[in-house]
Amino acid sequence: MSNLHQIISLDLPPLLTAVCAALSCTLLGNFLLLRKISLMGDAISHSVLPGIVAAFLISNHRDPLTIFIGAAAAGLLSAVCIETLRSLGNLEPGAAMGVVFSLFFAAGILLMEGAAARHIDLDANCLLYGQLESIFWYPPTSMADLLTVDALWSLPPQVLTSIGVLIACTLFVLLLFKELKLTAFDPALATSLGFNATAVHYLLMVFVATAVVASFEAVGSILVIAMIICPAATARLFTDNLRVQIALSAVIAIATTVLGYFLGAFGPELVGRTESVSIAGSITLAAGFFLTTAALFAPQYGYLGRQIRHRRLALQMALEDVLGVMFRIEEARGLASPANREVMVETLGGQKAVDMGIAYALREKLIEKSADNFSLTERGRIRAQDVVRSHRLWESYLVSRLGLQADHVHDTAMELEHFTDQPMAEKLAKRLPNPELDPHGKKIPSLNSVDDES
Amino acid sequence: MRLFKTKSVDPKSLESFPEHSSTSPLSVHAMTIAYHQKPVLWDVDYDAPESALVAIVGPNGAGKTTFIKGCLNLIPRATGTVEFWGSSYQSQRTRVGYVPQRESVDWDFPVSVLDVVLMGRYGKIGWFRPITSAHKRAAMQCLEDVGLADFAKRQINQLSGGQQQRVFLARALAQESELYFMDEPFAGVDAATSQTIIDVLRRLKQQGKTVLCVHHDLVSVPEYFDHVLMLNTRVIAAGPTAETFTQEHLKKTYGARLTLLEEVSQAIAQASRGGV
Repeated sequence: MSNLHQIISLDLPPLLTAVCAALSCTLLGNFLLLRKISLMGDAISHSVLPGIVAAFLISNHRDPLTIFIGAAAAGLLSAVCIETLRSLGNLEPGAAMGVVFSLFFAAGILLMEGAAARHIDLDANCLLYGQLESIFWYPPTSMADLLTVDALWSLPPQVLTSIGVLIACTLFVLLLFKELKLTAFDPALATSLGFNATAVHYLLMVFVATAVVASFEAVGSILVIAMIICPAATARLFTDNLRVQIALSAVIAIATTVLGYFLGAFGPELVGRTESVSIAGSITLAAGFFLTTAALFAPQYGYLGRQIRHRRLALQMALEDVLGVMFRIEEARGLASPANREVMVETLGGQKAVDMGIAYALREKLIEKSADNFSLTERGRIRAQDVVRSHRLWESYLVSRLGLQADHVHDTAMELEHFTDQPMAEKLAKRLPNPELDPHGKKIPSLNSVDDES
Repeated sequence: MRLFKTKSVDPKSLESFPEHSSTSPLSVHAMTIAYHQKPVLWDVDYDAPESALVAIVGPNGAGKTTFIKGCLNLIPRATGTVEFWGSSYQSQRTRVGYVPQRESVDWDFPVSVLDVVLMGRYGKIGWFRPITSAHKRAAMQCLEDVGLADFAKRQINQLSGGQQQRVFLARALAQESELYFMDEPFAGVDAATSQTIIDVLRRLKQQGKTVLCVHHDLVSVPEYFDHVLMLNTRVIAAGPTAETFTQEHLKKTYGARLTLLEEVSQAIAQASRGGV
């Protein structure tokens, strides 16, 4: 057997099954995420257990279609129970899902024990963790025969099923994209426009149940939830555009599965171990890895991005506060009066912020250092003037337009000054009865007066 | 025990109510609505005039939103019938537009402003069909009407409250309906948005359409609306603003006294909780 032939026989079928299953789950998972019912995938995947066992007991053999129907029926029944419980019992969705799926799962376990007593052997592990490793194909030996209809038809049934379900799910999402979007965003409007939101919900549940059952072979009933939630949630962290989100989630699903598969299949060898690991497990780990990475590093919604933006703002505020203090000192003691760090800390409070602001201002050449003192540069003075102008405009506005007490407005103005650009400052000035003086009788510096004087 | 069970009334039997004109855009007869068996709207009779701006006013919990949802089959009616131009809601649905409260949707939803306005056209587009460029042009025109044309490509999570309200209004315009229900379109918006909204409403009226708005700012009622519907768990008064929006009716609508109807509602709710 050639190397390539071995890959086609042993690796291609399970990988193809896993990728198709992951894509089906991910496509639908996007809409569960939008409806804030991602747990629904979990609920359905647990709830199908009694359906599988019951179908097995009734038909008394392993006919895949019977088991498929039994599983899907149980999954749908659980969706109906969740909706009913939610509306009748006034339960929040998470609670309703939790109650229903644990009850269904418990029923499945009891049924399984009953089956075991009748010497019918059902492998619980296979249901829970899947059996990707056992899918293989005896393809024609010659490469030329590989792509004929007959050869492809001889692919293992799990592969064909997962491809079929993927096609069905893709068609469903393409055909009902706008209906799914509308009913997720505004169910009341959808219903009033003639798109019955409840009907669309249950239709989605039919497809979720189908995808979940079809994905059993790949990742088992427990880990299928990772495929429903992780790629969609990861993609959501990168974009605010639904189409981009869905496309991105599909790419992530493929990457997750391929990475997970090869980690599981060849990872142990790489580190010199001989024991094999569960491929479903390593795929799920890969999904978790992608989600964690995105939560940390996604530009807009990731933790790091938020921290950087937050820090940048803090830095800018510290800088402007320092400049403001120095401008006021110049006002009191004359142009180019030096200020030292202690005075700034005393006025502003917070040593760390003052040091941060001084360091930043020095780097930007807005202030200069001589001995232990600092003084404003020409550019620094212009910037400082804008800050103090915004501050005093806000104080005036808060007193004259909102009727606040003059001694109450300093702290608020201290915040607002950092978020006031020039157009907004001019808008403020236009609304003031006297844009020359602030409520404490201090002169509001005009726009770039330094330039005018020099 | 089940009080106020939902039942449907054969529309044909309505012919026995000659006082209802079949030309009225909205004709409500004997509508009672109950939440958890507690009636929140009692026995509402109401005929909306053609080509009018109607303010629905009343205190919190008076059943204003419930009135709208009951008319639109969004919640079940315990009793009563609602007709649009003399026919059922189902048959006239495309002629009726609905603007829910702004807070009723998730504004972090990953769609653009134009996407949301286009949703108003979905009823005309129909199941499974794709959105054509003609629909996009129509939606753009609606955005222009509310002064948000420049925002078409923006994600909706970047909008201010007033802009969100205008997007909802544009979506309603995109429906091209003849009768509109709007739930607090003026709530929490700035002066400029208020002006845009009232301009749009007046234009709708000029085109012969009727708009029913839940409205909280009593001061602006006479300026904005030519008709009022005053609710407090039942209809207190309805008619042209000049004659109906009186001190006496306001006192009745907003009076703090617990009416006997409210007391019995609470008794019913308690009894059903107790499982009597």
